[in-house]
Amino acid sequence: MSEKSMSEKPGAAVLELPTAESVGGQRMVLNMGPQHPATHGVLRLVVELDGEVILSVRPEIGYLHTGIEKTCEAKFYQQVVPLTDRVNYLDPLSNNLCYCLAVEKLLNLEIPERAQWIRVLLTELSRLNSHLIWLGTHAMDIGALTVFLYTFREREEILRLFEAVAGQRMMTSYFRIGGLSMEPPLGWLHRVAAFIHGFPEKIDEYSNLLTGNPIFMNRLKGVGYLSAADAIALGVTGPPLRASGVDIDLRRDMPYSSYEKFQFQVPTSTVGDTWARYEVRLVEMRESTKIVQQTLDGMPGGPVKADAPKIVLPGREKMKTQMEALIHHFKIVTEGFNVPAGEVYQGIECGHGQMGYYVVSDGTAKPYRVHMRYPSFATLQAVETMCKGRLIADLVAVVGSIDIVLGEIDR
Amino acid sequence: MASQPPTLSGKQAVLAAMPDHPAIKALLAWKPDALSDAKFDFGELTLTIASREIRAACSTVQAAGYNFFEDMTAVDWYPLAPRFQLSYHILSHALKERIRLRVLLDEAEPSVASIVPVWPGANFFEREVFDLFGIRFADHPDLRRIMLPDDWTGHPLRKDYPVEGYR
Repeated sequence: MSEKSMSEKPGAAVLELPTAESVGGQRMVLNMGPQHPATHGVLRLVVELDGEVILSVRPEIGYLHTGIEKTCEAKFYQQVVPLTDRVNYLDPLSNNLCYCLAVEKLLNLEIPERAQWIRVLLTELSRLNSHLIWLGTHAMDIGALTVFLYTFREREEILRLFEAVAGQRMMTSYFRIGGLSMEPPLGWLHRVAAFIHGFPEKIDEYSNLLTGNPIFMNRLKGVGYLSAADAIALGVTGPPLRASGVDIDLRRDMPYSSYEKFQFQVPTSTVGDTWARYEVRLVEMRESTKIVQQTLDGMPGGPVKADAPKIVLPGREKMKTQMEALIHHFKIVTEGFNVPAGEVYQGIECGHGQMGYYVVSDGTAKPYRVHMRYPSFATLQAVETMCKGRLIADLVAVVGSIDIVLGEIDR
Repeated sequence: MASQPPTLSGKQAVLAAMPDHPAIKALLAWKPDALSDAKFDFGELTLTIASREIRAACSTVQAAGYNFFEDMTAVDWYPLAPRFQLSYHILSHALKERIRLRVLLDEAEPSVASIVPVWPGANFFEREVFDLFGIRFADHPDLRRIMLPDDWTGHPLRKDYPVEGYR
């Protein structure tokens, strides 16, 4: 990313805003959502307006609250994995990964290298999936409808790849405690290679549609400025934090699942506006492509499940021929497995930012407490800081640029 | 099995093993009594703080380089006493390291000082704990239910609240 392509003045207004006096000082409270296409779900924003100028924004959430954390306490450890898909349904494999890593930390399980690499491959595809949806819907909010059709074309292929390994397009549950649910089908890595080979061109295509587009640039540049200090104070993570100039990415700085073996750049920008967040994510997509390519080039062989018969379900063949395997299968399915008492926190970098799972075990087969830290929940608090004193139309651009998913906010 | 990181339990053991840890050093320099217990387990450091000191302790670790408030939640240990545990996860961008501050609260009128003055980003997290556990945060700017409707009865993440809800 060249320095020149970014907006020159951070936080500079593109349009002259009317002052509070010039609009007659008439205050109005406007309910945006919960049913509004630009809120990406069921987000309700209570906006106080003076004319078109925003005085305050209060997010009201909880319309999608399903009590997943409570449900987890009533399930066996392995039964929680499918629940995690449903939290951030646009980045399902990152959810699986974060939960599995946390429980594996409690169990002190060693995961085979091949499983770790396939996990990296799939979470990067999942990040691309998340970023593609963000790009399509964000551009659509701004009024560039075409981009949506382009990004969903590639997303469709990613979903087909998910379907091929997991049997499900969105609720994959492909990662299991102790590895993967099964070996990917024959020829699947070639399909990934074919997709990844053509993907950088597709990013150029999106970039051609948007980066030079004057309407898109005017709507984004100088809008929704967030300083690095504000971003840190408000708990903002991921691309919005890096677009504000804070160079932190857990994949590089606190590596998990063998991320330390891959070379990639962490894009940052010091501009901190909506445009910077757009640029950072575009570069991130390119970097994800590189990581996937590296996993394909060096994919190790070996098993995809840990050697822990009391935790990992045996293969079908083994189960039908070996007595112990049958017993273990029966025990795991009916009674689960006990996890040593303790508490762990596992943070990973998902498409939206830092995701974290806090798992507390009391030594039984069901988690005592599972808490999920999701990036959108914290980032939503920064909306008011980004929009105060700006026009209401900017609110749509800002909400689009922080890339929220209500499933992970409300849980 | 992977090599297990060593487990240290008890304040003395942790202090002896990691005397140069920036968070521990800062807390001891500020108020040694506030640090009531410590644990190093699964490669994670847990520091138990006296409940009335949590806000000042957060300021102290913030000054010691733990600049990013990452997560905060509660655990209900019903029927044990003290019943509630609050876990704050604080990340240091410079040290690339995370610590957990822990506060224990009694069942009767659980209340603790809000850390919103230190990290405004704790706002929603504290509201969530208030909503789902019924723990109050003194001086919180906007302590309302966040997930559930305002007229909801009970706090669902408490252990004496049935998973299916009250029928």
